[in-house]
This record gives sequence, structure tokens and C-alpha cells, in this order.
Amino acid sequence: MSTPWPRASAPGRTPTGLTQGGRTGAGIGASTLRPDGTLKATGEFAYSSDMWHEDMLWGCTLRSTLAHAEIVSIDTSEALAQPGVRAVLTYDDLPTEVKHYGLEIRDTPVLAHGKVRHHGEPVALVAADHPESARRAAAKIKVEYAELPVVTDEASATAEGAPLVHEDRHDRHAHHVPHPNILHRQPVIRGDADAAAARADVIISGEYVFGMQDQAFLGPESGLAVPAEDGGVDLYIATQWLHSDLRQIAPVLGLPEEKVRMTLSGVGGAFGGREDLSMQIHACLLAQRTGRPVKIVYNRFESFFGHVHRHPAKLWYEHGATRDGKLTHLRCRIVLDGGAYASASPAVVGNAASLAAGPYVVDDVDIEALALYTNNPPCGAMRGFGAVQACFAYEAQMDRLAAALDLDPVEFRQRNAMEQGTIMPTGQPVDAPAPVAELLRRVKALPLPPERQWLAAGAGADVRALPGGLSNTTHGEGVVRGVGYAVGIKNVGFSEGFDDYSTARVRMEVVGGEAVATVHTAMAEVGQGGVTVHAQIARTELGVRQVTIQPADTRVGSAGSTSASRQTYMTGGAVKNTCEAVRERVLDIGRRKFGTYHPAWATAELLLEDGKVVTDGGEVLGELADVLEGESVDLELEFRHRPTEAFDLRTGQGNGHVQYSFAAHRAVVEVDTELGLVKVVELAVAQDVGKALNPLSVIGQIQGGSTQGLGMAVMEEILVDPVTAKVRNPSFTDYLIPTILDTPTMPVDVLELADDAAPYGLRGVGEAPTLSSTPAVLAAIRDATGLELTRTPVRPEHLTGT
Amino acid sequence: MDFLRPASWEEALAAKAEHPTAVPIAGGTDVMVEINFDHRRPAYLLDLNRIGDLAEWEVGERTVRLGASVPYTRIMENLRTELPGLALAAHTVASPQIRNRGGVGGNLGTASPAGDAHPPLLATGGAVEAESVRGVRMIPVDDFYVGVKRNALAPDELIRAVHLPKADGPQQFSKVGTRNAMVIAVCAFALALHPETRTVRTGIGSAAPTPVRARAAEEFLTAALADGGFWESGHPLPPSVARQFAQLAAGACNPIDDVRGSARYRRHAVGVMARRTLGWTWESYRGRAHGSQGGAQCA
Amino acid sequence: MRVTCTVNGREQRADDVWEGESLLYVLRERMGLPGAKNACEQGECGSCTVRLDGVPVCACLVAAGQAEGRDVVTVEGLADFARQRDGSGEPGELAPVQRAFIDAGAIQCGFCTPGLLVAADELLERNDSPSDADIREALSGNLCRCTGYEKILDAVRLAAARGTARTTGQGA
Repeated sequence: MSTPWPRASAPGRTPTGLTQGGRTGAGIGASTLRPDGTLKATGEFAYSSDMWHEDMLWGCTLRSTLAHAEIVSIDTSEALAQPGVRAVLTYDDLPTEVKHYGLEIRDTPVLAHGKVRHHGEPVALVAADHPESARRAAAKIKVEYAELPVVTDEASATAEGAPLVHEDRHDRHAHHVPHPNILHRQPVIRGDADAAAARADVIISGEYVFGMQDQAFLGPESGLAVPAEDGGVDLYIATQWLHSDLRQIAPVLGLPEEKVRMTLSGVGGAFGGREDLSMQIHACLLAQRTGRPVKIVYNRFESFFGHVHRHPAKLWYEHGATRDGKLTHLRCRIVLDGGAYASASPAVVGNAASLAAGPYVVDDVDIEALALYTNNPPCGAMRGFGAVQACFAYEAQMDRLAAALDLDPVEFRQRNAMEQGTIMPTGQPVDAPAPVAELLRRVKALPLPPERQWLAAGAGADVRALPGGLSNTTHGEGVVRGVGYAVGIKNVGFSEGFDDYSTARVRMEVVGGEAVATVHTAMAEVGQGGVTVHAQIARTELGVRQVTIQPADTRVGSAGSTSASRQTYMTGGAVKNTCEAVRERVLDIGRRKFGTYHPAWATAELLLEDGKVVTDGGEVLGELADVLEGESVDLELEFRHRPTEAFDLRTGQGNGHVQYSFAAHRAVVEVDTELGLVKVVELAVAQDVGKALNPLSVIGQIQGGSTQGLGMAVMEEILVDPVTAKVRNPSFTDYLIPTILDTPTMPVDVLELADDAAPYGLRGVGEAPTLSSTPAVLAAIRDATGLELTRTPVRPEHLTGT
Repeated sequence: MDFLRPASWEEALAAKAEHPTAVPIAGGTDVMVEINFDHRRPAYLLDLNRIGDLAEWEVGERTVRLGASVPYTRIMENLRTELPGLALAAHTVASPQIRNRGGVGGNLGTASPAGDAHPPLLATGGAVEAESVRGVRMIPVDDFYVGVKRNALAPDELIRAVHLPKADGPQQFSKVGTRNAMVIAVCAFALALHPETRTVRTGIGSAAPTPVRARAAEEFLTAALADGGFWESGHPLPPSVARQFAQLAAGACNPIDDVRGSARYRRHAVGVMARRTLGWTWESYRGRAHGSQGGAQCA
Repeated sequence: MRVTCTVNGREQRADDVWEGESLLYVLRERMGLPGAKNACEQGECGSCTVRLDGVPVCACLVAAGQAEGRDVVTVEGLADFARQRDGSGEPGELAPVQRAFIDAGAIQCGFCTPGLLVAADELLERNDSPSDADIREALSGNLCRCTGYEKILDAVRLAAARGTARTTGQGA
């Protein structure tokens, strides 16, 4: 708590504090602008790949060219002899007994040991004085592999005599899984699905396939490790959770955590892809070995191997419904491909299982979700986290059920929509507003965009408004419109009994005659706007104009991860919580100094507003600057959400989640049915956000999340060769994400129904829009084409039967 | 690696003669990707940016001499009348930033079947002006593509320009990609009507080991237009003609399955594009000859 | 090799440049100008967009040696460049398009922002009242993964509207 604020000497382009003035009215609920906006618009904002240090070396990673192979030998001698090379490291050079890391299970070797389990696994490291020297040296490392058979799907993973991806498992799931190549399995069983199925007038079942999506954040994995005189290391890094990285890094380096000093650099997007470590340990090891600062920057090719992806999934679903349009039961089985290492797979399984039924009332369920160990690329966290795959399947089922019952698909969903008080398949009651039917009503009520907009400008077709765009594939021929709806449910915060907390340190003092606040957290700002919101909260709670947001680092307690839609709730909640405590201290000081001058100091409810202490009746008792003259208040406190419980391993019962978040989409598409090309014309969304702390940022999250779902519907997929398990398209030439010409108008309708258990009643907003946008687009394409389309993304081949 | 910076065309030819393995770099949009991703480490890079002449074009009476490095943006903006097919293709090349740098010389040098300029070059006809210290050679476009990413250039030759006949009739270009902008062709098709010679020519991209013409389709359509007196009458084409043309165009493909698309889809899509581009060009021809309107805005 | 060029109006020199380096690397690692970003290094994202002799290009695809003797404008010099071109604004003030991106909420992680700003500024230089389709076409070479582009469209519309308002104001 008494750590000094100023920094020791630091390398070039280190993150600096962000100071923002503003009216005290620029508190919560206002669309204040980003405090880092100017730095980002001028190119001065220091991202992790912008780090620079005099005398620094460049690190480079040699990766496996095979998906599954024994490492027979590694010869680094020629590489070491290359000009400019300062170090070459392999597994044998790791300095301590701790040689593995991992988010939930430490199953990932820092460098491959004895064998490689997926294409692109790190095998050796080089540090050299120029990136090209490092690359040339890496190319000289001779690795002799003996290829092993690959495990690529459920059949090959569980076949008799299947090779085990991890031979000797001792993790906490090892004892309850049916096969060592199954990483985790979570059933959720409630009621009696068989008996309920007997009541159904229609039963619909289907198999659905969800492809492997990449986070495709634009700022590649990168950072700078600087060896320190005390034997420690200073690491400047882009991550989603500094303290989780720290917990994994320090033991491998053989350092106590306080000697690994981490500072968050600018983060060029994350979306789950920075939950796991990438080059963090590697850069530190090279810095330790060479005694020089080491920078590592992946290029886009390497980035595709440098982080986990969204789990591809195969989903089997069966629903029944009565003639009056009520769901009877759900049976489903969700098989997620976790790839070679565990990453966040167990938690993804928990989400997929517990949210498999979607935002619907279904009393009788028999759900099973599992994740495989295979030799495919490791999969883990990505925005939506297990709920995305399930939503794709259950929403396809809803449309088919509605069609079988001859009901409008929105009407059918509304008849089954959950609401406050509904019991989840896990037995957990939904105790906050759940306006599922209302969200659907709102998107449906919006006017449809005009038809044939490509003719709007007159004089021939504007191809930019048509499927195929500038490629000039149609002037309207073969183009058919379709409309589709979907709605989803996402949990907010870490679930299943995890001790989820965040820490905020807040200091209040007088600077230049004005009371100002400084907020210090370890929250990873990855673009979501947490820094904006923290300043707003401090203004609201402390009545100040000027707030400084300190760079996030490990000198303050953990903020938890920037994931699970949790940071506004959790670190926003922590800032609010600490501010409230600081305010009490400030008022204590005020009472001590000025309490004798006015009885209201002792008797009234006091607030801090506009730089003043005021009573709840609005009477001004004094200036904050006077209260704090010669004093300061500085507190660091932890904040927790309400506790959750683990899901029962057999029945999946348990109050596992903190909060739920809901969004609904309506997609309008135009499909060139002859060429199989799709243009999404409009993607409307309605979402309940509880309370929009910053409406501009909330809309930005909703539109960005929706667009990632759109990409998953029509273009984004990492293709893995089913025979070799090698990645076939690790580039932005062949892994396509939407451009501005692929992205439609996105009207957003924000609902604010408070969750009384959450700070300000807010609801995490980041992920829900990613869930329902994919199935809404798919539904619209099905509407346009009449095709079944059970797989996403949809490719032209699927639409043209080729 | 050595970086050679010739200040004139003659210096460039001399450098290429001295270092035949030198890789010419102009817009850099292919070469630099290969260097950045460590796919290629040429001993010499031969920078052509300082040779201003390569970025110029001349419109003659019958032909356009298009410098090898004239950026696609210039082609789109300035040569829409003379080279409409190429201008349309230029508009589909990658992104605005790439179109500002890349030129036809690069597409020809790389000779990837996916190069967007190839189909309209084939449909237009014309010749590549290749030069070495030994002299100038005019290589007909039809003879230029000799294999997968291989062209007819000798090791000491550089591409100086392409000579393309000015359009004497409507031309179209269409390309399938799985994104609405900034996308590599899954397959592409170009069609040029040549009313003066009463012929048609085509070009297909990304659907065979090299860019190819659909010769059987061309012959069929040329005959069908002549036999039916369509050039004179300007009558609408019977759907059966368009259908047959499309089938023959699809039949000219020899595609593969890859990450960008299946062979079957490519064949199918080339057929669809052949039919549509025939419709657009024929409507435009009829419009010009007989007063109705066709074509697309900003296409 | 040595590379000398003018960047943001100042002559810059880099020595010992490896011939395979891109202009992007030289700007970022040798000239202390990391504003242009390294998202893909294959011309597929536009985050490294700079003006080369006035023309927007991907700096990752310009060989360092090709920049010799040429004029480069990066996001770091955009405000000065716009001020000199437009003959308005005060030193130290943001370019109109920068202001508009901040005001419209067009920036999230910000990694695409420098490239988008250079591209959008050049669009407005050519066309002071672009249609939505024009904006989309001009920015189709710049990927953004955070925003879904809606706020970016808003920002360009806002910059155009402010520019028009200013011009109209001056004319009245």
C-alpha cells in the first residue's frame, strides 16, 4: 500500500498514466471519451510490439512442422555458430524443475520435450541481434522427428488402441473422464427427458458442426523482457490477465513472483486469445540467459500458432414440443475439440453444458458436453466461450421446431422464453431480469431495410451493395433475400466455484488546489474501454473532475481476467468499492477537521459532488480541496462477486453462474443463390445491459461482437488437414475476417433492466452479441435458400451443392 | 541479400544480365510478402521503382502500351474506355493500398493462376514486351503462361510493358471470392466481345494450373453469333446459347481443391460467371448498337 | 545499406539496414516511429498504411531501399500534414479525422486506427462528401476486429460534415 507511484528507469515507449479531466457530470451513464483516445489517434500509444530498449536482442521461436512426432534429436550447434546469435535454448536448458505451464492444468511444456503434440508447437528459441539473424539461426537448428499417428476427432481419440495425447494424466479431471483422451466431461441432467419426450407432438433432432474460429486480434503476440540487476526481470506485455501470467511464469524462471515485474503494454485486441501465455516465458528465459533485453514479435503466420482458437464442435440436439408450441425436453451431446493442450477447455465444457438449453424454459434435460484431447491446434477461450457453439445448434433447432409446428419462429421462441424466476437446467434460479421475449419483440419490430438497395443510386447496379461486392459477380441475378432471428444466453464472470475477485487501489489528494483521484488496477485494457469506465466511476463516487488511471501492473493486486464479460462488473465494481471506502475516509477527515463547524457533518448522509462535500439535501459543507489539504487517502481493496458452486460431476446441478446476459439478433441477408455468395444487409440487435455505464462503449462492444459472429457465419474458419492435423490457412490471405464492405448497418437497441446484485445494476456486455449473430445470419441464409445448413461457416460450396 | 537500384531501364537490363537470379521488385505486393514470411531469400533484389517510364502508358490508335508498373488505381481511373475488362479486374485487386502500388508487370512476373489481370489480358489479346540486353521480344499473351507460377521469360529478361488492343466492344470481368473486398480469386472469368472481327475471347483465372482461355466456348459463341446474324440484328441471345457457352467455359477449367474452394465449385462458378458476363456484354453491345442501356455502375 | 528519406517533413537516415527489411520495419525499429502498425505484414490489413509520395500504401510491402529519397507521412505526422494542406488548425492540434475518430467512439484497441486514419484522411482529401458506399470502398483495405466498423463510418461522416461546415462557414 505504501509503494511509491513513480516508476524506476524504464525502456523506450513504456505505458504512461492516462489523465483525463472532465465535468464531474462525466460520471457513469455518460458517453465520455476514451482517456487513451488521443494517444491512439496520434500513434503514440505504446503497444507491446512497439517496445524498444537500447541494446535489445530479438527472440525467435522454432516450431514443430508436424502435429504429432517424437523428437529424436535436436542439434543447435550450427545455429549457435551463426553470426549475431547470442543464445539458443531447448527444453534441456530450462532452469528449474517447473517446465510446464497452463491456465487450469499445467500440461503445456515451455518448450517441447520428447515429443510434439500439435503443428506449430514451440521447440527451440533463439536470441540474436536482428530478427533476420535469429530467423536464419532458427532455420539451422536440426530437429529429427519420428512421426506418430495423429488423433483428430472423437472417433480417432477414443478408438481402441488410440495413441494418448497425454500419457500420464494426474489432473483433477483424469479420474472422472471415460477415456484419457477426453479432457473433461460434464453432464447436466434434470427432470426426466425420456418421459417428457413421450408427451411431445413433434421431435426434432439434428447434428450441427461448428468450425474453428480464430480471435484474429490485430496486434500480434509480442513483448519485451528486461533483465534487472536484482536477478529479476521486467516484462512489458500484452495479456488479458497479468497475475495469471505471473503465476505461470515465475516458477519456470525460478524467481519469486515479486521479482517478475509485469507491466501491461498496449494491447491490440484479445477476444480470449491472450488468456494463455504465448512468448512471455520465452522472452524472459532469453533475457535471463543473455543478460540483455529481449523483444519478441510474432508475425501473422506465427500468431496463428501462437494462441489457442475457439473450439470447433460437433453437436447433436434433440428437442420435443407440444402442438401448442411448448418445449417438452432436450437431449444433446456437445463434443468440443480441445486440441493438444488443456488451456481453458474444462471451463468451456462447463459453459457449453450449463448453457446448452439456451434462454428457454426446458424442465426435462439430458445434456452432455465434453472436450477432447487431440493433435489439432489447442483451443481455449474466445468471446462467447462454449455458449457460442451451443447457441448455433439450439437456435437452428428452434427454427426447425417452429417450422414443424407451423409457428412463426419468433413467436415460438417467445412462448418458451425464460424470464426472471426460471430454473436453469443446472437447478439455478434466474434471479435477475431475463427479458428474452422482449428482446425478440424489439428486433422484430424494427422496420426492414429497403429491398434492392443496389439500385438506390439509379443508373445500373452498384455492385458494392450486392453479394460479391467489388468482384462484380452479380448485378442482381440470382439474388434472394432472407431474414433470420436468434437469441442467446451467456454467463458473466468466472463460474463453478472459482474465487473470482478484483483489486483496486484508489488515492485521493489535492494537486494544484484541486482534489484529484488516481486509480490503479491490474486490469488489462484490451480495447474494451475499462479505463474509460474507471475514470467515470471515480468521478461519480468521489466528486472529482480529474482522474489519473495508472498503468496496469503487478505492483497492485490481481484484477482477474479481461474475459467472461466480467471487467466492468468486477474491476469496475472494485473501483467503486474502493472509492466508497476512500470516500468514507475523506469524510472522516472532514468530520475531524470541520465537524464542529456544522452539525450536518455528524448527522446527514454525505456525498462528494463537484469537488465539494454536500449533504443528501444538497447543502454544501465544504470544499474537498480544503478537507484533503495536507492529507491523502490511499486504499487498495479486493472486491468479490457472490460465490458460485461447482457443478455436480454426475448431474450438473449447482448454482454455478454469477449473472446472465442476453442479446437477440435479426439478420437480413441477400444471397446470390447461383454462386453461393452472401451479403449481410442488416444485423439488428437488442441487448439488455442492466445499466450502460458508457453507452458509446456499450454500443461499440455490441457491434464488434456481432461482427465477429457474422464472420463466423460466412467466412472465418481455421482449416486443419484431417490427415496430417496441420493448419492449412495460417494467414490473413486465407483466414478471412469481415472488411467494412462485409459489415452491414447494425441498429442497436439497448435495454437497461438492473440486476440488483451487480454494481450499478450493470450486466457484462462483451460476449452476448457474439452468440446470436451467427445463428441469426444462418437462419437468414436458410430463409433465402431453403437449405438445411447445419454447419458454420457457410461456404459457397454448401449453398451451391458443389 | 543485395539491393540493386538501377536508375534507368538500361541499367536494369544490365543488372538482370549480370545477375539473372535477381528478383525484380516494383509494387512489392508479392515479393515483400514472401520476404516478410521467410519464403524467399533472393541473393539480389532489383528495384524498378526508379524507372519512371514503367509507370506510364500511351494510348495509340489501335493499342495501348501499358507500362509494367502502372498502378492498378491508374488503370481503373484512366483506362476504363480503352481497357474496360482490365479496368474492372484492376478494381478487384486486393485493397486500395495494394492497387496504388501493384501493376500488371507484377502479375505477369509472378504468373500465379490467381492473378486478377490475367483473365482480361487473355480476353483482350495482346503481347508482353520483354527485354534483355540481347534485345526486345514481343510475347503473345496466349504464349506467356507456361506452367504453375511459370512464365515465358528468359532469366535475363524483364517485362517493360504490355501492348493491348483497345476495346472494340464490351468487356466484362467477374471474380468469386469469399469476402466482399480484399480477397484472392477463388476463380475469375473475363469476356471480351470483338465486334470488328466478329469474335469473342475469354480468360479464366484460378481454375487451372495457369490462366487459360475457354477456346471451345469462344469458338462456339463466335459461330453462334455469326450463324444467327446476332451481330447485325442485335437480338437478344437465346438462353440455349448462353447455357452452352457457360457449359463450355466450365469445361475449360482444370481446377483443384484447395483452402479457397473446391474444384467442383470452381467449375460451377466459372459457368455462372460466363453466362452472366455474356448477358452483360451482350446487353451492352445491343445498347450501343441499338440504343438500350446495360452494365453496372462502379463495376 | 543506408536508407535516407523524408518522414513527416524531416529527413531521416537509417544505417546498416538489411536489404530484406520493409519500410515498416525501418520506420518502427530504426526511426522511432512505431505509429504504423505491424498486424499482418502481408498487405491484408492496412494497419501499416502510410503516404508514400502522397499515395496511401502498405509500408510492410515497400522494401526499405525503395523508400530511398522519397517522402513518407505516417500517423505521427498526420496532424501537421493536414494542417499544412488545409491551411487551418493550430500546431499541436489533432487533424480533423483524428478528432472525429475519438469523438465518434471509433477507437477501441486502436491497433487499426493509425492505418485507418491515414486512409480516411486521404479519402476526404479526394472527396469531401463521400457517400457511405464511397467510405466503405475507400476503407475496404483496413481491417478492424473490435468495432464492427459502424463507429468508423460515423467518424468519417463526422469529419466530412465538420469539414463541410467549416468550408461553408468560411464562404458565408
